[in-house]
Amino acid sequence: MSDLPKSEEILKDVEHAPPKKGWMNIPVDIRKGMYCYAANPKSLNALGFPNVHEWNPKDEDWNLPENWQEILHKGFKERLDRFRSVKVFMDICVRCGACADKCHYFIGTGDPKNMPVLRAELLRSVYRNDFTLAGKLLGKIAGARKMDEDVLKEWWYYLFQCSECRRCSVFCPYGIDTAEITIFGRELLNLLGLNIDWIATPVANCYRTGNHLGIQPHAFKDMLDFFVEDIEDITGINVEPQFNKKGADILFITPSGDVFADPGTYTCMGYMMLFKYLKDKYGLDVTWSTYASEGGNFGFFTSHETMKRLNSKMYAEAKRLGVKWILGGECGHMWRVINQYMDTMNGPADFLEEPVNPITGTRFENAKSTKMVHISEFTADLIKHGKLDLDPSRNDDLKVTFHDSCNPARGMGMFDEPRYVIRSVCNQFYDMPRNTIRENTFCCGSGSGLNAGEDMELRMTGGLPRANAVKFVHEKHGVNMLACVCAIDRAAFPDLMSYWVPEVDVTGLTELVANALILPGEKQRETNLRGEPLPGMEE
Amino acid sequence: MNEKYLFSLMSVVLLFLLAYAGVEVAGLQVLFGVIIPYMALIVFLAGFAYRVIQWAQTPVPYKIPTTGGQQKSLPWIQHAAIDCPDTKAQVVGRMAMEVLLFRSLFRNLVFKKEGDKLAYRMELFLWLGAIVFHYAFLVVTIRHLRFFAEPVPFFVTGLEKVDSFLQLGLPVVYMSGIALLAGVLYLAIRRIYVGHTRYISLASDFFPLFLILAIAVTGIMMRYFTKVDIPTVKELTMGLVTFRPAVPEGIGTLFFVHLFLVSVLLAYFPFSKLMHMGGVFFSPTRNMTCNTRAERHVNPWNYPVPVHTYEEYEDDFREHMIEAGLPVEKKE
Amino acid sequence: MQKKLYNKNVVIAGLIILAVLATFPFWYNHGKAAPAPKPELTEKAKAAKECIRSTAYMKTEHMQLLDAWRDTVVRDGIRTYVNEVGKEFDMSLSNTCLDCHSNKEKFCDVCHDYASVDPYCWDCHIENPKENE
Repeated sequence: MSDLPKSEEILKDVEHAPPKKGWMNIPVDIRKGMYCYAANPKSLNALGFPNVHEWNPKDEDWNLPENWQEILHKGFKERLDRFRSVKVFMDICVRCGACADKCHYFIGTGDPKNMPVLRAELLRSVYRNDFTLAGKLLGKIAGARKMDEDVLKEWWYYLFQCSECRRCSVFCPYGIDTAEITIFGRELLNLLGLNIDWIATPVANCYRTGNHLGIQPHAFKDMLDFFVEDIEDITGINVEPQFNKKGADILFITPSGDVFADPGTYTCMGYMMLFKYLKDKYGLDVTWSTYASEGGNFGFFTSHETMKRLNSKMYAEAKRLGVKWILGGECGHMWRVINQYMDTMNGPADFLEEPVNPITGTRFENAKSTKMVHISEFTADLIKHGKLDLDPSRNDDLKVTFHDSCNPARGMGMFDEPRYVIRSVCNQFYDMPRNTIRENTFCCGSGSGLNAGEDMELRMTGGLPRANAVKFVHEKHGVNMLACVCAIDRAAFPDLMSYWVPEVDVTGLTELVANALILPGEKQRETNLRGEPLPGMEE
Repeated sequence: MNEKYLFSLMSVVLLFLLAYAGVEVAGLQVLFGVIIPYMALIVFLAGFAYRVIQWAQTPVPYKIPTTGGQQKSLPWIQHAAIDCPDTKAQVVGRMAMEVLLFRSLFRNLVFKKEGDKLAYRMELFLWLGAIVFHYAFLVVTIRHLRFFAEPVPFFVTGLEKVDSFLQLGLPVVYMSGIALLAGVLYLAIRRIYVGHTRYISLASDFFPLFLILAIAVTGIMMRYFTKVDIPTVKELTMGLVTFRPAVPEGIGTLFFVHLFLVSVLLAYFPFSKLMHMGGVFFSPTRNMTCNTRAERHVNPWNYPVPVHTYEEYEDDFREHMIEAGLPVEKKE
Repeated sequence: MQKKLYNKNVVIAGLIILAVLATFPFWYNHGKAAPAPKPELTEKAKAAKECIRSTAYMKTEHMQLLDAWRDTVVRDGIRTYVNEVGKEFDMSLSNTCLDCHSNKEKFCDVCHDYASVDPYCWDCHIENPKENE
């Protein structure tokens, strides 16, 4: 992070006026701090990707296969025939410019090629050249250009500067979704072995061990056992998580990031406490799985096929264990995959039951086919029916705001459930300005597999709009805690906050719930899950 | 100056001169008044259908609506039926809002850096310009049916009444004509002078604007200034639509230019971005229900993929699992 | 391989709607000929040979001429029109124009109806009294 410019400088210097030169005439400059390292060939080979090779984005020669243009052209054509989204989005953009200033990377960097419309034009220009009559006849004046190595590098650079957050798609009069363009473009790049390592290695890990971090089953159990000890210290209760238990009521799946790094770990502890509470009070039997130990899906950032390969474990494990339905933890893109892809890819899940909350009797009608319920929907239902003993005053030291993660926002429409939960467990809640939340929410700047260390400048600039809105409520209301329902957020926001608004900390929703939750038989709590004194318990 | 809009402007000027010279000098009234209009209509209809069928032949493998509001979930949570439609009827509502009222454009929030604050303000000029332009175009088109129908149907005369209710000038001024001119000028000027929009624009973005501008200007010229003999013009247009094509004497050249430019617009339509008219109905982020967990969507080309099964996983880690006290399927 | 049409019913229905709308004039008129009407001249008009201005001028400009007449009469009180060859006329729709063209229906209305023009002259200038008698 030492090369990173100061936050005030970035904010002061960012310039949004377009350059004099046309964008087709500006060659790509692959700049340090803005890109992620090339995929480790070992990781790509683990899943049998094509054209795996050693290469470095900074090198002139990317060691491409000889017929790379042919591969790309064929891949392009295949996908035009398979995805109506791609075909229609290639054809109908009128370049009205409504999307131009909607992208957080454009706002943060001022780079015109981060305007959603130009990101798509990078691909459309080649589409026109290869697949349309006007492009073939008129060439450049029709906005067409030939694929060459410079164009390919440009694709690569900018397709890994899009976090697939879909904010632009909300504003497009035709619903053109840059996430679709990016997903499609990255699929093409993967045909040439041009993934980034921050995606490829988690994918390879997940395929083998069941989670992105490569945690093996015994280690996974060890890590949760470690939390058991912490929770016991704080509450006096042994929460006894269950693993791979056949015949449990519910299989719980959450991103492995929450097992691994703060502050996600506190959210993970929160889940364990919630399940213990529900077991003791109502006899609900929840199991974790070491095989399906990853909610997230970096395959989503690679290709549709890879997404499906990784996602398959959820249903497979639910079937093997014979649970009734699946409960999903707090994660962003995980929920895009579950909400819009899983049933289609790996369903129908006819071996599961239509999800019913056995404690409240609520039928989760909206999940009756996919049979997977979001923890916020589940918790909100429990609270609404008065099934949780809560002491919100334990969160009284917090002034909380809520970040709508891109995917649960624009790929699921989950806005009010988490807010209801927060309001029930915290006394002080302040939303950020309306134009930066809900369907207008801004990405954390690190989504879609871009939360590496080497692209810190990209992440900090991309996160600027979000951070700026947090700063606004921090200054106005004294907000000191940013709540979210996404593991990438929990991994990315601590860096982003310390860069832009260092006074604000980051939490998952269930951590807040667990702090307020009164476990049966617990001892007088003196600290929260982070070991910090509770309000009124300071020395 | 910019080669993209110069190219488009020159193209329109050339088309104008082509028709003018063709009629005025070469006397090709039949070509410009009969043959080209017929061909243009055929190209428009066939081309439009071709493009739409191409889209329709491409499957929608995944249900990927953009959820612009609260999902339908727990019964006590207010559901945003239009922005996150759960039923087909609600999707029809969302599409109607999109197609008739330009709902998404209405959301436009323009970004501005104000000191160390980033602000996002409602900005409705693009929406307004687009609404004015499209509806004015629609009204003008319907009004032109007076040249293509005998007797003139009630909805055309009714629309003319409404459109001219100010009773300004003679021949009475149609507001739609002025609105169309204003709309197309606004969109063109915006494209040329607003930095980002100019930067992303292609020649094919300017061409239809200039073409429509030329169509509107020639039409207004004929109605208010240079004048044409309306009954004679109608005789020609009625001849076209009753398959009795003939070119009566005494129609000014400007009319043939106007008709030719309209023909060019029709023929150009299916092969250009103007197909957004059909495409808006095909956008999977808008035209699908958001009940994606309640109803399974089928991908017609879903194919089996290699997966890492539980058995393979257990084989990899069995010893460790047993040692850690994790349940296993096979002890050995 | 024959390609499948997805969402077939909606797509076909949409295309049919477009085709029906775009070809409205072709089916609405049933191919019935509709030549421009010939305004009929009364004996008096025929005898006069020439209107107050040339026929071509009158065809395209009569509405503006009448509009100017109205303003001149009502605002300036001038009632006499002098044409380009110096001939004088009373500026009056009822007394000058409709004196010759007393057959409003067959002279004025035929073209106005054909071109879907509904001049508001007749809002005040009631139907030609001579014709009504």
